[in-house]
Amino acid sequence: MVVRALHDEGVKYIYGYPGGALLHVYDALFRQEDVQHILVRHEQAATHMADAYARATGKAGVALVTSGPGATNAVTGIATAYMDSIPMVVITGQVMSHLIGEDAFQETDMMGISRPIVKHSFSVSRAEDIPAIIKKAFHIAQSGRPGPVVVDIPKDMTSPTERYEYEYPKTVKLRSYSPVTRGHSGQIKKATDLLLAAKRPVLYTGGGVIMGNASAELIQLARMLNYPVTNTLMGLGGFPGTDRQFIGMLGMHGSYEANMAMHHSDLILAVGARFDDRVTNGLDKFCPTAKIIHIDIDPASISKTVKADIPIVGPAQAVLAEMIELVGASKKQPDAAAIKTWWDQIDEWRTRHGGRYRTDDSDKMKPQQVIEMLSKVTNGDAYVCSDVGQHQMFAAQYYKFNKPNRWINSGGLGTMGFGLPAAMGVQMNFPDADVACVTGEGSIQMNIQELSTCKQYDLPVKIINLNNQSLGMVRQWQDMNYESRHSHSYMKSLPDFVKLAEAYGHVGMKVEKYSDLEAAMREAFAMKDRLVFMDIYVDQFEHVYPMQVPRGSMRDMWLTKTERT
Amino acid sequence: MRRIISVLLENEPGALSRVVGLFSQRNYNIESLTVAPTDDATLSRLTVTTVGDDRVIEQITKHLNKLIDVVKVVDLTEGEHIERELMMIKLKASGAARAEIKRTADIFRGQIIDVTPNTYTVQLIGASDKLDAFISALGTATIMEVVRSGVSGIARGEKTLSP
Ligand SMILES: Cc1ncc(C[n+]2csc(CCOP(=O)(O)OP(=O)(O)O)c2C)c(N)n1
Ligand SMILES: [Mg+2]
Repeated sequence: MVVRALHDEGVKYIYGYPGGALLHVYDALFRQEDVQHILVRHEQAATHMADAYARATGKAGVALVTSGPGATNAVTGIATAYMDSIPMVVITGQVMSHLIGEDAFQETDMMGISRPIVKHSFSVSRAEDIPAIIKKAFHIAQSGRPGPVVVDIPKDMTSPTERYEYEYPKTVKLRSYSPVTRGHSGQIKKATDLLLAAKRPVLYTGGGVIMGNASAELIQLARMLNYPVTNTLMGLGGFPGTDRQFIGMLGMHGSYEANMAMHHSDLILAVGARFDDRVTNGLDKFCPTAKIIHIDIDPASISKTVKADIPIVGPAQAVLAEMIELVGASKKQPDAAAIKTWWDQIDEWRTRHGGRYRTDDSDKMKPQQVIEMLSKVTNGDAYVCSDVGQHQMFAAQYYKFNKPNRWINSGGLGTMGFGLPAAMGVQMNFPDADVACVTGEGSIQMNIQELSTCKQYDLPVKIINLNNQSLGMVRQWQDMNYESRHSHSYMKSLPDFVKLAEAYGHVGMKVEKYSDLEAAMREAFAMKDRLVFMDIYVDQFEHVYPMQVPRGSMRDMWLTKTERT
Repeated sequence: MRRIISVLLENEPGALSRVVGLFSQRNYNIESLTVAPTDDATLSRLTVTTVGDDRVIEQITKHLNKLIDVVKVVDLTEGEHIERELMMIKLKASGAARAEIKRTADIFRGQIIDVTPNTYTVQLIGASDKLDAFISALGTATIMEVVRSGVSGIARGEKTLSP
């Protein structure tokens, strides 16, 4: 019934790992061809694959893991999806109903463990409920503010000897759950008036624009108004990275011009963003002159950290569409002179400190150069799945995303080990696309075993390993706050990644000189059907800048190791 | 400020733990909590008393509303309401104290619901501060045990909390 329900839900791939509690389900999988199961090498990877599929398509991904250790291995992946509001359905096996609570073999209370990191969870207590529960799980995961849903199924609930009437429900009705489908018109009208009266506006948009499929509306509204747009780490690609109106990412490692513009703005239109501490910096000093309009599907996100002057609860797409209509019909238009002055100021910031890093005469590669090359070689069209660390920030800063859903990273939880399984999840579903995994020698080793899964399913991911021979992000903080005492941020025993890749049956390349980079990268991306592991040696001592000064305002930033605002 | 929040909840396994978990996870405080099924057996009514400023209370109600099992949430303290709590208190009652306790209980409209030669058990119903006042009024009497139900609340007038 589980497999049939997944098929009726339109699921093509599920990612998982078998075990005792799931043997009935795995047997059912074996005896059909509609739902394809992808066998990972560690359950964490199954959840990240499902998660990345969801990030790339907006539809819930599905992971299947057994009870006990299978379920606990999936916890990191569930938390990762939860923090970034990613729709996912995780089916966990459970010991037989009559054994629950007895510390049976491979029993863990998955409902309890996962409770704070799921949108909702179900425990099956009657087998005939399985189709309805699975239907509800998908509905809840994908609607409103999306999130992961766990379905815990005791082994006896899937017993093939019991037979039940099967019917997959067409619709779901939950009296306690009805996500909003549009914003409050009065609020939208008020917001639009405020928007049109602004002299120093900024559109600040996040993952809600990506998952809410509102990129087209954002672009249209921004163009009508000619206002600057900044994206959060999760929102990159929501507005084209090469567009003149794009002023870069904001926040801790945001661009100089984006953080300056935010600080000096008189109006912030926040769309599907949550004023996270990595964005706002010191809350008491946050954007002192700005009025705030906050559009979000989740009322609990509004006025959580920063109070909104005009809160609008609703899906980004519907609310922005309504604003576009109002702006179009309004007699009042933006104050062109003020906006011109504002752009002059922003452009001045942009030329003063925008997108800058230093190269020296040596052939030592800067990590930023590698990302710029990646952007060039793939025309800004690749799916870039990142791990966590300095390389992630460089990728966010220097890859010019022209489309939504192509930048795939663990923003909220910051899960090292996310990158490779994420790239696999995307490649599986977009076999012809260029999929890059931008990673570091630290992160890649957290799920390196998945190179084996890549071999089994022929996933030609391109691994861009920015090898700085250290846990760079940790080291940067140690440089800045602990007088360069590099406590355990250094890896003295790196493997030979080229040989390692080859051992798994893939292609390995080592690049040490910038002059070799472009040719090597083009060669790698030309190998359409091979996984290529590019081990790229970059400057060990590079830091990510700008970097906001802790507890300062948005405009308080380190710009280089010695220069600050 | 002290608030009384009433919640209608699906009467399902795990639903209560989600509510309690939310409070601990987000560092909200629970002063008291009561829960029992309503006339509709598929629904439970839960009352939480908590303290927090407006911003915190707003977040609490929003997050409660987000829980899938939660059908309705209302902050009773926003309007006219009635709150009641039940207390049973076991006291040493011998000699002169015996009459004194009886008198105090009468003043507070408490009932003596169990008697032994040396003890009284008093039952008292009222708003929490009335129960507190009774305890202070007992003065030197020796308290052996106190059980309080936690607060239940209901709105005054015709307002109801229904699905
Ligand atoms: C699972 C996990 N453990 C620890 C951390 C803390 N952490 C954040 S960045 C980082 C270093 C990452 O090193 P590497 O992958 O080599 O990337 P680099 O910063 O060098 O580019 C660490 C340890 C984390 N984010 N995730
Ligand atoms: Mg590194």
